[in-house]
Amino acid sequence: MDFISIFSIFVLACFVGYFVVWSVTPALHTPLMSVTNAISSVIIVGALIASAAAGSATSKWLGLAAVVMASINIFGGFAVTSRMLAMYKKKER
Amino acid sequence: MDVQAILSAATGGHGAVNPWAAIAYLVSGILFILALRGLSSPATAQSGNRFGMIGMTIAVVTTLLTHAPGTNTSAAHDGWAFTLDTIGLIEILAAIGIGAVIGIVMARRIAMTAMPQLVAAFHSLVGLAAVAVAAAAYLNPGAFGIADAAGQIHTVSRIEMGLGIAIGAITFSGSVIAFLKLNGNMSGAPIMLPGRHVINLGTLAAIIGLTAYFTQDQSPWVFWTITGLSFAIGFLLIIPIGGADMPVVVSMLNSYSGWAAAAMGFTLGNTAMIITGALVGSSGAILSYIMCRAMNRSFISVIAGGFGADAEAGAGGGAKEQRPWKPGSADDAAFLMSQAENVIIVPGYGMAVAQAQHALREMADQLKKEGVNVKYAIHPVAGRMPGHMNVLLAEANVPYDEVFELEDINGEFAQADVAFVIGANDVTNPAAKTDKSSPIYGMPILDVANAKTVLFVKRSMGGVGYAGVDNDVFYMDQTMMLLGDAKKMADDIVKALSGSGH
Repeated sequence: MDFISIFSIFVLACFVGYFVVWSVTPALHTPLMSVTNAISSVIIVGALIASAAAGSATSKWLGLAAVVMASINIFGGFAVTSRMLAMYKKKER
Repeated sequence: MDVQAILSAATGGHGAVNPWAAIAYLVSGILFILALRGLSSPATAQSGNRFGMIGMTIAVVTTLLTHAPGTNTSAAHDGWAFTLDTIGLIEILAAIGIGAVIGIVMARRIAMTAMPQLVAAFHSLVGLAAVAVAAAAYLNPGAFGIADAAGQIHTVSRIEMGLGIAIGAITFSGSVIAFLKLNGNMSGAPIMLPGRHVINLGTLAAIIGLTAYFTQDQSPWVFWTITGLSFAIGFLLIIPIGGADMPVVVSMLNSYSGWAAAAMGFTLGNTAMIITGALVGSSGAILSYIMCRAMNRSFISVIAGGFGADAEAGAGGGAKEQRPWKPGSADDAAFLMSQAENVIIVPGYGMAVAQAQHALREMADQLKKEGVNVKYAIHPVAGRMPGHMNVLLAEANVPYDEVFELEDINGEFAQADVAFVIGANDVTNPAAKTDKSSPIYGMPILDVANAKTVLFVKRSMGGVGYAGVDNDVFYMDQTMMLLGDAKKMADDIVKALSGSGH
């Protein structure tokens, strides 16, 4: 993909992010942080490419290390978010 | 769809983008948007979180399919033959498995009061992973499709890579410092290096200059110097920031971790990474803004650092005259609240430190049984990170529809019979509205002073809050000071309430 199309996606996504995040209720700002943490670990895509590529052993091991780190974040981030969200309960009437 | 066809289409040429893979990444990007959208209400939040998990699964599986470890050999007949490197695949799956075990164990064990530390630790991992990926891409650019035949990395990719590694490294080292400060391994007091502004600006200028130079010369020394300097500036930036400003710092690092992912997304031309990076980046930026506004601090002054230090000096300077105040007991408090119609509870971080949230909820339950209308009022900086107090109350089984934000409840204090302040101080201080010389002047506060009676739980009359300012609420006629440990006081009030025998 050329730079301009990628950049367009980026700018539009920033606007989407702006409006979506303002609509998040302040009561859920901590889960918001932990879930954004989990999804920013989509960087695992780059780590997987590096660890699967042939040609450089150092590059491969850096990739595998990044896969471990990103996985900690993905599993930990989603799990802790879900643990927190399970605590939010409505009043029993 | 035949897996082999996907594999061969994707690995056939690095320049060509597999349309199926591109659509899959787009879908996962959209699922991430829906994950955040779900957080607009606690009722939809769990399903939002599941969208996020599905999105991540799609991104990971797509990458595993299109970039499976192995070799392509051109076969005699039509198409490509692909030999899967089984050991390579096992290594990758093992890496994911190790991460999964560590992550899930951490998520299960962490105490809710320690959430800010956990989030800081997670940020540092995103940062370090970004650095590792950028370094891997630099060492093996061919695998990422960002180099020409001669092994020269494209100019645009060099800028993206430089930015990615710089932001990733700053996120890592900054988050490590934030973690140490939040976790108490390092003093929360700001550490001020002489000439730090000059050092920081110089380092920043050097990083930008070297990134520009990197487009001309892709030698290893340029790349690794950018990396080293970025690690250094992350430490330097966060060290002078005091403990009270940590909510802003954690949000800011949240934002950086997003920008780091976006920069890597540019390098890889990956829409899922770009969309996610932009979402997380904006989210962190908005949270930083909300936190700054709640403390009436400008973002620049937080970054410049040194808040805690000035305030302490100010508190020591002015010798205050003794003013009369009214002490009260748990029995008095129980009586006053059981007779009330409306009670608003104002919890602060001191309540969480004393682990009083369960006792507090019991107290509220007792009051509700007596027909009292109980609400909670939360200041945005009541906890140690955005929304922290809401989580702590939710953990203690406080229903979320009894918990209100500052702007939604502030008008109700005038109708409240009792404002019960526990573990909070500065966020109730009217000096923020009236005293221009006060260090907290301009900060939005909860108007507890408007309530008919104020019950103020505090350890002693000695300490005067984080900002080191005296609070006029202590000395008002309608205020009763309940001195003691927050948990013990709440427990005693519960006992007094249940003993009163309806």
